[in-house]
Amino acid sequence: MSKSDVTRRGILQGGAIASAGFAVPTIFSANRASAFTNEPTGSTATLGFNVPQTGPYADEGADELRAYKLAVEHLNGEGDGGMMNTFSSKALNGNGILGKKVEYVTGDTQTKSDAARASAKSMIEKDGAVMITGGSSSGVAVAVQALCQEAGVIFMAGLTHSNDTTGKDKRANGFRHFFNSYMSGAALAPVLRNAYGDDRKAYHLTADYNWGYTTEEAVRSSTEALGWETVNAVKTPLTETDFSSYIAPVLQSGADVLVLNHYGGNMVNSLTNAVQFGLRDKEVNSKNFEIVVPLYSRLMAKGAGANVKGILGSTNWHWSLQDEGSKAFVRSFGTKYGNPPSQAAHTCYVQALLYADAVERAGSFNPCAVVEALEGFYFDGMGNGPTLYRAKDHQCFKDVLVVKGKENPSNEFDLLEVVEITPVLQVIYPDDHPQFSGGALGTCNSGA
Amino acid sequence: MDAIILQIMNGLDKGSAYALIALGLTLIFGTLGVVNFAHGALFMIGAFCAVTISRILALSHQIIDESKTDFLGNPLKVDVPYVYEWFGSNVGDAIIDWAVPISIVFTIPVMIFLGVIMERGLIKYFYKRPHADQILVTFGLAIVLQEIIKYFFGANPIPTPAPSAFVGSFDFGALVGFDTNQIIYPYWRLVYFLFSAIVIAAVFAFLQFTTFGMVVRAGMADRETVGLLGINIDRKFTIMFGLAAAVAGLAGVMYTPINSPNYHMGMDFLVLSFVVVVVGGMGSLPGAVLAGFLLGVLQSFASMAVIIDLIPGINQVIIYLVAIIILLTRPRGLMGQKGVMED
Repeated sequence: MSKSDVTRRGILQGGAIASAGFAVPTIFSANRASAFTNEPTGSTATLGFNVPQTGPYADEGADELRAYKLAVEHLNGEGDGGMMNTFSSKALNGNGILGKKVEYVTGDTQTKSDAARASAKSMIEKDGAVMITGGSSSGVAVAVQALCQEAGVIFMAGLTHSNDTTGKDKRANGFRHFFNSYMSGAALAPVLRNAYGDDRKAYHLTADYNWGYTTEEAVRSSTEALGWETVNAVKTPLTETDFSSYIAPVLQSGADVLVLNHYGGNMVNSLTNAVQFGLRDKEVNSKNFEIVVPLYSRLMAKGAGANVKGILGSTNWHWSLQDEGSKAFVRSFGTKYGNPPSQAAHTCYVQALLYADAVERAGSFNPCAVVEALEGFYFDGMGNGPTLYRAKDHQCFKDVLVVKGKENPSNEFDLLEVVEITPVLQVIYPDDHPQFSGGALGTCNSGA
Repeated sequence: MDAIILQIMNGLDKGSAYALIALGLTLIFGTLGVVNFAHGALFMIGAFCAVTISRILALSHQIIDESKTDFLGNPLKVDVPYVYEWFGSNVGDAIIDWAVPISIVFTIPVMIFLGVIMERGLIKYFYKRPHADQILVTFGLAIVLQEIIKYFFGANPIPTPAPSAFVGSFDFGALVGFDTNQIIYPYWRLVYFLFSAIVIAAVFAFLQFTTFGMVVRAGMADRETVGLLGINIDRKFTIMFGLAAAVAGLAGVMYTPINSPNYHMGMDFLVLSFVVVVVGGMGSLPGAVLAGFLLGVLQSFASMAVIIDLIPGINQVIIYLVAIIILLTRPRGLMGQKGVMED
């Protein structure tokens, strides 16, 4: 009997060496195959929060940043978990994202497209941000979204309401949770008909930039479909502060409704001027004169003070909602910061969680894997009811709130009341709708 | 016709603000020869004086109202203004309601003090420097001032309403025989126009009918000769800087009910006011006032829908267009005089 050289130990050793020999190139090749921009290789993953820290929307940006910090806390297992507890997906478990602790860097958009692109670029190139999120303007969102597409990182838009963000300027790497101008028009129109009837003459004042145009178009088409007549639509310069010259001729036009397609400081000033001119006390065409503000923001409503009382508009979310997700978020945010979150804070918080959840479900930070995980994702428990991230345009579809300036606020935050929750089926539209035509989503870019 | 009257009235209150700011700018330029780009910031600080006084008058202590809850479901903390306790709720309400007019009393000394500090602490070091240096330092100062205001008051506009007696509008058209609702005009804008007229008249009277004013006017015309007469013209010009700051501050205080003040409002007015000064004629006080009202009215006309339809974008360029035309035809502006502010 010959003695065999093969021993159990030898086989194990040989097997281990062989396995390692095969395994090493496999790991390398896997790395090469999944390499993407700013792949987190250490124990942390860095997110880039690009919000207006200076400029006219600095307060809104500060609220967005507060929300992002809260989201980071919750993702890292600190605090009460907020909406992670009510989110229908249970992929997040408070140990960061894919076991990596979440860290963040911040940038200042200044609500200027060039500054926002520069700060996003810096966060991607210098700080290694694997995802960029935030912003309070559609111009900024479109600019940063295009940059993220080129750079191969995911962009989770903050407050952006223009149709174009997920219309002609949509990108495969960009996702919007916030609602849009079309949805505002579709949600408002039936409420306006019930409140003011279907025989009305509307006069539009529209901020002279992209968001103003899409909002005017959306509200006009929705109200004209009801039977309202648009007697005039006047563009106002974005830099205008005194709208008296634009408001004074409204009554002479025979209009009995004024639609203010303004946001931010424009909205505060135009609404204040309109109320000063006593428009709401007038009777025209035997009807009470009414004012409509298509996009409301609590922070802006605060600036307009008592002038918002009784005025209808739409909003993405409001802290007074009583679903479990909203209550959990308001409790978490309010306990930490002493005031209820704004709609901008809400959408930013949700976007941060949705991104983290998508990475967990995809099992990778690779932008293309994240895109795949978010496309067609259906979720609930985030404050807006059942929500779909539509694959074709990366727009979230969910219920839209129609709100009214509260007549008797009980505290300084109690400025708006929800008058109707418009169901998602009423605000959904085909992805080739004329208001969203042009542009193509393209394919995701991982930066590889 | 009613549309024309309406836009003239609109232009008057807009022009009032331009005229008041341009008047202060001209006073400073005419006396000290300084191009003060921080003048818009003084207008803004005046507005925030009103915000501050409103907040001081509404200072409160909190009581717990167990019957109501806050947004977190905790018992609501209700603010009770001290003026309610000191003077009763009726008088207390009236004091808070009239906060903006009351602010005028406090704003005048604050703005004069601020103006004097600005002039003595910074601007006097730039008298002999080129205008470009003066513009840079005063523009930098304006940015610093607005960032300080933003730090304390935030970036959002802060509603500062007019007394309830002046809320709403009156039907001017019905008064003069037009149909109702054709020419409406807010009460507070009328108050603003009248207030501006009074301030402008007071400044002119001060310069025209007082010895101090006579010396200042003489100094504006020939500083060196006045100095040779043994008069400390520098001190008088410092006081004029304070006066100009007070005029800008008053314009800001009374403007708060028209538009909720924010930290950027000074910059919004600054460039237009400089155009007003140039169109009126550098160093000409009547020119500044005339140009202020003229450009305010023209801007209102250019904002009419029919005009915008005819010439798109005219509402954004009208003031600059008029400035170019006037400077081409009258290089010294409407009321600028030969030899004044010229080398």
